[in-house]
Amino acid sequence: MLRWLPEDVSPYGAGIDSLFYFIYYITAAAFILVTVLMVIFLVMYRQREGRRAIYTHGNTALEVLWTIIPAVVFIGLGFASKVKWDELKIAVPQTDTAIQVTGKQFNWEVVYPGPDGQFNTADDKQVDNDIRVPVGKPVRVILKSKDVIHSFFLPNLRFKQDAVPGREIIAWFQANKPGKYEIPCAELCGFGHSGMKGWLYVLTPEDYQRWVKTEWPSAATAQAPKTESHS
Amino acid sequence: MADAGVVAAQAARTVHHEELGFLRTYVFSTDHKMIGRQFLFMSLIMLVFGGLMAMMMRWELAWPETQVPFTSWIPEPYMYDGHMDPAFYNALFTMHATLMIFFVVMPFMVGGFGNFLIPLMIGARDMAFPVLNMLSFWTAVPASILILYSFFVPGGAAAGGWTMYATLSAKATYSGVDWGVNLWIISLIILGISSLMGSINYITTVINMRAPGMTWFRLPLVIWSLFITAILLLLALPVLTAALAMLLFDRTMGTHFFLPEGGGSPLLWQHLFWFFGHPEVYILVLPAMGVTSEILSTFSRKPIFGYRAMAFSMIALAFLSWIVWGHHMFVSGMNPLLGTAFMLSTMVIAVPSAIKTFNWLGTLWGGNIRFTSPMLFALGFVSNFVIGGLSGIYMASTPVDIFIHDTYFIVAHFHYVVAGIIFGMFAALYYWFPKMFGRMMNETLGKIHFALTYIFFNGAFFPMHFLGVGGHMRRIYNPLQYEFLHDLQWWNVFITMSAFCLFVSQFVFLFNFFWSLFAGKKAERNPWQANTLEWTAPSPPPHGNFAAIPTVYRGPYEYSSPLVKEDWLPQDRRLGPEAAAAVH
Repeated sequence: MLRWLPEDVSPYGAGIDSLFYFIYYITAAAFILVTVLMVIFLVMYRQREGRRAIYTHGNTALEVLWTIIPAVVFIGLGFASKVKWDELKIAVPQTDTAIQVTGKQFNWEVVYPGPDGQFNTADDKQVDNDIRVPVGKPVRVILKSKDVIHSFFLPNLRFKQDAVPGREIIAWFQANKPGKYEIPCAELCGFGHSGMKGWLYVLTPEDYQRWVKTEWPSAATAQAPKTESHS
Repeated sequence: MADAGVVAAQAARTVHHEELGFLRTYVFSTDHKMIGRQFLFMSLIMLVFGGLMAMMMRWELAWPETQVPFTSWIPEPYMYDGHMDPAFYNALFTMHATLMIFFVVMPFMVGGFGNFLIPLMIGARDMAFPVLNMLSFWTAVPASILILYSFFVPGGAAAGGWTMYATLSAKATYSGVDWGVNLWIISLIILGISSLMGSINYITTVINMRAPGMTWFRLPLVIWSLFITAILLLLALPVLTAALAMLLFDRTMGTHFFLPEGGGSPLLWQHLFWFFGHPEVYILVLPAMGVTSEILSTFSRKPIFGYRAMAFSMIALAFLSWIVWGHHMFVSGMNPLLGTAFMLSTMVIAVPSAIKTFNWLGTLWGGNIRFTSPMLFALGFVSNFVIGGLSGIYMASTPVDIFIHDTYFIVAHFHYVVAGIIFGMFAALYYWFPKMFGRMMNETLGKIHFALTYIFFNGAFFPMHFLGVGGHMRRIYNPLQYEFLHDLQWWNVFITMSAFCLFVSQFVFLFNFFWSLFAGKKAERNPWQANTLEWTAPSPPPHGNFAAIPTVYRGPYEYSSPLVKEDWLPQDRRLGPEAAAAVH
């Protein structure tokens, strides 16, 4: 089943996928156990002349057993998930690459801070549905919405976060492989929801420099863009 | 315990019932059995509408933006000579879910079988408040008419998803639907009043009107399930009603509960909605679990395995259902620490579901299993519930949910749980049809219906997991707009074919149902040799149900008891001293 997963190009996606696989094995085992037992019982204990069903009202030891085993498995799974969740949501990495993405019916409005690294300054650049980021660096996303709830979904980066009107939600993602990845909107946002999408271009350091130079030609000579100071 | 005064009053009323005309017998009836049948027919009609909407959506998803057959009569701007408008697609999935949840599963299980079964199975002559019961049905009717009528107002029906997330739902300009959403809100508020009247009635009846000897732990599990469901309804619906009223105020009176420009919060809607919404899931599924427990025990000819564990696990589900609502909101922008808390409570709620499944298996073990139509559907329900329950664990895990949230994985999951309830509904209908209508349904057709439904149900819903794993979003009307979904499209075609076959298979049921209604074999009192009290009444039971109120001597699942030669022992059968001696 999991072979249908889209290619993962993020550093943290492997952890999410392995959790996915882990749950897959547990649930598949539980499913097979229950189904096989059910089929065996249905065949073995099908109605036959002269047979009488076993008269029993249950078994306390079994009840305790099948309460405790699922409880331990589920709670364990909960803590395994918590570790990964904290890594994604609590321990947000430091980065100087930031973009602001604003959902609006039915486009992703992308704002780059420009060489000064600050939003709401003169060198901000705004485009629709087109995000360019350097490969191998965490990218901070400031998610906003102008109208309704949208959801910023990067299937190949195992990333999804709703953009909520009236709020600024800070999130981060990272792509470790250059390429072009789709950004669908995952939350119903109106009649144009289907088809609301953008593209994420993950650029090699050289391509990224070239792109920065074409976008901010004056700044490239005056000072290096903030985004490359650590590269 | 039954109050003598109430019984006497009902007995007096029973006499009058015999002289009632057509209107008071079939339309404005206060008899719980007739009201149950009325709810049943209402939900079957709505099931047809909900199903047809699903078929149109499936066509659109398999062959996007082509002409949908048989739909060129639908006017613009919804369909352009059979070509679907995306906004109309949104209205279809919104109304499909709304109808199926609020106007099919709830009236069928709670309104229909809740009404029919509670007095019969606890040994009462009617509900505690028969007039309130009638009002409950006649409040549901205008709600149904309003929700269907919303298709015909300018702008069409609500198109914000059944979850009606603000701010999309809070302003007409955002979704392009104006009065459709208002009618949706008003209809659900009215339906909520109907459900409240029903639930108060059920709770009162179960607490006060049990026959002599019917202690709490001699109650059939389906009565436990309906009792717990009624309590959930009583507590959850006011929250929805309040939220709906706030939404209506935002839309029509300029308040800003959910609109940020006036200081409101879109997330408030989600918290309120899911605080209602998660108990709602158990409102839908608990009665089906109760039905399944009855039927598995009857046809295994064996006591239910772990009766108390079954009752307490339902109580546990009901309590826990109040503290898991946040698992719908992991990527909503809610504080991630809160996400962790809701993940852990969600992991805990999986435990009582596991207990129920294992006890069902324990019931089958060592039985003498009869494969009747109701038994097959009950087994089908268990099989689907196992898949739906297990797929829920993926979403409970917060990191995994980041990826599968709002994808077809979720659609697969809740269809295995909620659409899987249709197996519980059919099980109940095949099982109690003889009691309800006095005739047997055709067994062969029933088995064919089961086989086709089971195969095509899984064909329609299982591959949705693959789509979800592939990242296929829900609520999109044309998957081909996305390059990363192109390789998955053949699954959409496969699902659509299965869904069409599933739909067509239901004609077997429709034929069987109506044919049996008029020409089925006459049913005896107790065609399945079952123990519970409804089988001691005539088929169908007259007004007042029982000639004399039965006395209950034992639990409902004394099958294959060593005390008697036959393999069933009705709850109201008094055993002589020789049977008591035999046990020692």
